[in-house]
Amino acid sequence: MTALPADKPTKRFFPTYSLRRREAIAGYFFVAPGILGFLIWVFGPMVATLLLSFTDWPIIGQAKWVGLDNYVRLFTVDPFFYKSLRATLYFAFGSVFLRIVYTFLVAMLLNQDVRGKAFFRTVYYLPSIVPVVASSMIWMWLYHPDFGLFNAILKGMGLPPSRWIHGTQSVIPSIILMDLWAASSTILIFLAGLQGVPRQLLEAVEIDGGNWWNKLTAVTLPHMTPFIFFNMVLGFVSAFQIFTQSFIMTNGGPNDGSLFFVLLIYREAFGNNRMGLACAIAWILFLLIALVTFLVFKTSRSWVFYYGDEE
Amino acid sequence: MIKRKTIQKSLTLVVLIGGALIASVPLYWLVRSSLMTLGEIFIFPPLLWPKIMRWSNYYDAVTVVNFLLYFKNTMTIMIPVLFGTLLTSSMVGYGFARMRFPLKRFWFTLILSSLMLPYAVSMLPTFLLWARLGAINTFYPLTVPIWFGGGAFNIFLLRQFFLTIPRELEDAAIIDGASHFQIFARIMTPLIKPALIVVGLFTFLNVWNDFLNPLIYLNEEKKYTLALGLMQFQGTYSTDWSLLMAGATIVVIPPVIVFIFGQKYFIEGVTMTGLKV
Repeated sequence: MTALPADKPTKRFFPTYSLRRREAIAGYFFVAPGILGFLIWVFGPMVATLLLSFTDWPIIGQAKWVGLDNYVRLFTVDPFFYKSLRATLYFAFGSVFLRIVYTFLVAMLLNQDVRGKAFFRTVYYLPSIVPVVASSMIWMWLYHPDFGLFNAILKGMGLPPSRWIHGTQSVIPSIILMDLWAASSTILIFLAGLQGVPRQLLEAVEIDGGNWWNKLTAVTLPHMTPFIFFNMVLGFVSAFQIFTQSFIMTNGGPNDGSLFFVLLIYREAFGNNRMGLACAIAWILFLLIALVTFLVFKTSRSWVFYYGDEE
Repeated sequence: MIKRKTIQKSLTLVVLIGGALIASVPLYWLVRSSLMTLGEIFIFPPLLWPKIMRWSNYYDAVTVVNFLLYFKNTMTIMIPVLFGTLLTSSMVGYGFARMRFPLKRFWFTLILSSLMLPYAVSMLPTFLLWARLGAINTFYPLTVPIWFGGGAFNIFLLRQFFLTIPRELEDAAIIDGASHFQIFARIMTPLIKPALIVVGLFTFLNVWNDFLNPLIYLNEEKKYTLALGLMQFQGTYSTDWSLLMAGATIVVIPPVIVFIFGQKYFIEGVTMTGLKV
């Protein structure tokens, strides 16, 4: 009994001290898979890609340090690089902007008080869960120059047929169109955002005699800019990495018109066994995405509005 | 005023129906073509629907290529990936949402930033690593990395859900002497069941739809997943569009069913991550 009072303070002091420490240890235990995963599967390989991009490595045999040779080659003599750059940029900018316009319009329509809203939402969302391999095959068939549905429609309307994915001019627009069809998950994000547009502001515009255009430009659009911004950033990141569509439908053609960056990387690495060169292209892709993301962030200050202060 | 509202409403409905019809055309065309004979498929102008529905195309599709084997392979990848994702992404998400430890923000930002890194920039060294380990043509490269947190997106999503749970619950459990792991497993995880369903559904779709990874790592036909196996029609039977369409239909159906039943969760997941960055 006499020993207890002496014990008590240390017992009380010790647990409160170690509680925080124990939490920190437990915390690291919980997040360890994530941190390790980032280091092993993301950061480590990224650095390795950078190092390999300064080498010449035909996979079999030793990697040879060649400095900037791969980059010099890509920017000066490589026959595919600029074509690939053009195809990737054309697709990325085209698809990201059209995606935002299209999904925003659909979300605006779905946000009206219409019957069967849930049904429409399902119908519009469904294409985005179709496996890209399958949708590439479906669209390849729709785009078939001789027996495809699209040319049949054109012919029915008395218009000349298109070469679609088989024409150098039309291949990227065709892939963008297909991508729009599958872009519907963005609709849900916009729809959620639209539900947060304050009704009283819309009504205020109405009372002042404003029409739908005034409501859109004065209230809805400014309120939606954070969502547009978010979708734009993630849209660019994914659009720059398009691969499966052209791998299946065109194999990069015609005339390398759809030879997107990732397809070129795949080809150089696994077709031509040029690991070093493929790594250099991968890093250029990374820097390109970083640059575009940076520019979007930079300009966002002038067009993205946050309502944080009001709440 | 009321009249104008009704006109506007019917106009919206008309546009929505028109758009829905256009959006459904590719899937309609898929099913329509999958039920045709080769003779019918090459009629121009095209028929809208086959005269007799040729269901045998489906039987031919699954026998001409090794469909059952591809399905088995896909599932052999799916099951460990689902387990790994659910277990580790909820652990990591929980850690970042509820625990206090030094450098928490730093690590979280770093992991989140990987959402913006292109996969291509880490793809090749990862491949070389697996090649050195002799794991090409095995399923390990497609399953093992998932056990490290299940991807930044899932970590982020679950963290968002864990953040919504009131702190009092934990405090009460700590006072009762529960360990952190007990709190996580017995109290918190049951509360975010809907979020785990979201993660499970997204993971299912990712594995089912993944193309680039199986393409890189699985070179033997015996190891193909369904997404890869579908390409077999293209190579070997490049002219047989009706079989290709039947095969594609079979691959499309499971995600569609999963989506229709899990729709509520999908919408919750998409809006939760889209709203609160």
